[in-house]
Amino acid sequence: MDFTFSEDQLLFQESVRDFLVNEITPEKIRELWETDSGRSPELWSQLAELGLTGITVPEDFGGLGMHMLDFVLLAQECGYVALPAPLVHTAMVAVPLIVNSANDNLQQTWLPKIASGEAVVMVGLEQNIFVEDAHIADLLILEKAGALYAVEPGNATLRANESVDLSRKLFVVEFDEAKADKIAEGDAAQSLIDAALNGGALGVAAEALGLAQRMVDISVQYTSERKQFGVAIGTFQAVKHHMANIAYRLEYAKAPAARAAYAIDHGQDKIAMAVSHVKLAASEVANLAAKNCIQVHGAMGYTWEVDLHIYMKRAWAYASTWGDAAFHKQRVADYVLANDAKLGAGNTF
Amino acid sequence: MQLEFTAEHQAFRKEVREWLAANVPAEPLKTFDTEEGFQQHREWEKKLYEGRWGMITWPEEMGGRGADLIQWLIFEEEYYAARAPLRVNQNGIFLLGPTLMEYGTEEQKKKFLTGMATGEDIWCQGWSEPNAGSDMAAIRSKAELSDDGSHYVINGQKTWSTRAVWADWCFGMFRTEPDSQRHHGLTFILVPLDLEGITVRPIPQLDGLPGFAEIFFDNVKVPAEYRLGGEGEGWKVAMATAGFERGLMLRSPARFQETAKRLVELYQANRESADRDPANREAVLRAYMDAEAYTLTTYQTACRLIKGGKIGAEASTNKIFWSELDQQMHATALSILGARAELQPHAPDAAGVGTWLDGWMFAQSGPIYAGTNEIQRNIIAERMLGMPRK
Ligand SMILES: Cc1cc2nc3c(=O)[nH]c(=O)nc-3n(C[C@H](O)[C@H](O)[C@H](O)COP(=O)(O)OP(=O)(O)OC[C@H]3O[C@@H](n4cnc5c(N)ncnc54)[C@H](O)[C@@H]3O)c2cc1C
Repeated sequence: MDFTFSEDQLLFQESVRDFLVNEITPEKIRELWETDSGRSPELWSQLAELGLTGITVPEDFGGLGMHMLDFVLLAQECGYVALPAPLVHTAMVAVPLIVNSANDNLQQTWLPKIASGEAVVMVGLEQNIFVEDAHIADLLILEKAGALYAVEPGNATLRANESVDLSRKLFVVEFDEAKADKIAEGDAAQSLIDAALNGGALGVAAEALGLAQRMVDISVQYTSERKQFGVAIGTFQAVKHHMANIAYRLEYAKAPAARAAYAIDHGQDKIAMAVSHVKLAASEVANLAAKNCIQVHGAMGYTWEVDLHIYMKRAWAYASTWGDAAFHKQRVADYVLANDAKLGAGNTF
Repeated sequence: MQLEFTAEHQAFRKEVREWLAANVPAEPLKTFDTEEGFQQHREWEKKLYEGRWGMITWPEEMGGRGADLIQWLIFEEEYYAARAPLRVNQNGIFLLGPTLMEYGTEEQKKKFLTGMATGEDIWCQGWSEPNAGSDMAAIRSKAELSDDGSHYVINGQKTWSTRAVWADWCFGMFRTEPDSQRHHGLTFILVPLDLEGITVRPIPQLDGLPGFAEIFFDNVKVPAEYRLGGEGEGWKVAMATAGFERGLMLRSPARFQETAKRLVELYQANRESADRDPANREAVLRAYMDAEAYTLTTYQTACRLIKGGKIGAEASTNKIFWSELDQQMHATALSILGARAELQPHAPDAAGVGTWLDGWMFAQSGPIYAGTNEIQRNIIAERMLGMPRK
């Protein structure tokens, strides 16, 4: 029993955090809002140079060969900066799907290009109706009627749907099966679909933890500087307790994220419950952070100018993506209310 | 990261399980807030001690097993799963014992540790006073050292002292420097409760039973060798007793996991009526998830500590999390029980109500004792998040 991250994992997290915090400033995010694609090829190249686009790509295909557990810490950092690039999707959804597809052609064609940053592959599932970043994808992997298809973007029609978070690029994608490559059907497809959904849900859950932390940090700083009644508003207990209420729930959502990543890496039978647990807990704390942090900013928090909304809107969006609350609660219920459920002390590991 | 138990851990779990299966009383003991129940629990402590299961985290030479925190968590899991009796001497074993090992003289360790472990000496805590609750540094009870230095003379009043009604000893903090302020000039003293001049007045709690008491001191003479740590160093010694790691051991996750499990069972048994309100199902799932989160996080902290890490102010999150979880779980149970929820278990039509009402009442104290949740929130904001104090 060793429930700690390794020195290497923590160092990697730190270096990625340093890079992201320096590069992905709020100004940079606002600049990208003004562009057509909302995406920066330069940023993607930088991420590739750091090995991040290929982090879960096996070494044989030019990646770092790491796993969910390695990436779950980095996903928190991606959330911390509200990264406007599909890195979490790549590492936790697209790459694992291709790796697990046992489709040589798909692997050989795409994995090296993902690792090098030359290609972006995005996945669309029926449970997650809007396909993220389809407009910059070089390949789409889409679910339809229980099967999975590899679709060239030229053979698909994209309908852009604007999100409250201008950094999120969402599309409804239509395609003709006749012009697509069926890569899996039946049980094989279902297990890839389940895994993709779990990877995506864990990814946004981990990002939500980072978002909550960012909103707290912004608000602690703001309330330490802003004065009313002659003192910093952060000295008022009502303001302190707004922050403390986020902090203690955040503290108890981190270990479930690590456990869910571990469960996926080790193919444990409680993956669905573990992922849904952290998805619910992380969405809840990120949305509490949004609510309390706007409150302690007063009118400032209600403006476009103050950066808080960059993180707040992402948190709102993540609450219902990769499975909404109803979906994840049902999966927890399936586990907890099963006749043979293993509940109680001694059944966690 | 490696989330499996080792073969040694599994063997240890098996040993605990077997011992408990053979020894846990078949009939639940009476509550230790009654005289009879108190004595029954004292005997249970003796039995635990004889099996060397009473204080497994103590060093072997002191009768423990030198267990680490993971073994401790495993022990607790088995203990709660076996529905073994609550620990009447937890103040001694978990709070005072480790403090004595750190600050006590050899004579003090010899004199106190064994009696504490066997359950012969049950200890109560004397921190709070009528005017020193959350603000513990406002303690006024005085202890004056006699001219010859042989004893202290104690005058004053302690209150809310859990299990003091039938306890044998009290450990507490007293002001030894007459005009000292706040946490200066306080001294940690161990007091036998049968001394002349001591009056223990039971205070009935919400359930009507005298779970705590006031202790009045009227010129009570306590031998000077019962001082723990240096004169005027009481605050430092007390902080060791209330330290973060001890906080971790105050409420182990197993307790809440078992409550969550019983809640799921209650829900399943009353499905039809419970589901008339969809909030019940949701609350049952939340109870399971939060108990799980508490367990996972505690294991993570334990592993960090074993590897030499430290916990700081984030430990204050722990107290809030479990006490709110406990309230929420019991509230859900009462909601599921519907109109029967208010019935006392012995009422003629109370079939199936279990002990939820009692648990609900006790859950109201969780956010108050061991530092109120408001105080914990202050600590989180100021020391964990770095918000300004003044
Ligand atoms: C079941 C139970 C067992 C106990 N056992 C023991 C025992 O064995 N030994 C012992 O010494 N004590 C014991 N206590 C006492 C306990 O430690 C105190 O009740 C606790 O510290 C709070 O003090 P108080 O009751 O005086 O409340 P107060 O300090 O008067 O607080 C009342 C309210 O004001 C709030 N408040 C106070 N100060 C602040 C602040 N700075 N900021 C925000 N809010 C504030 C509190 O949070 C609380 O909500 C026990 C209490 C209970 C309920």
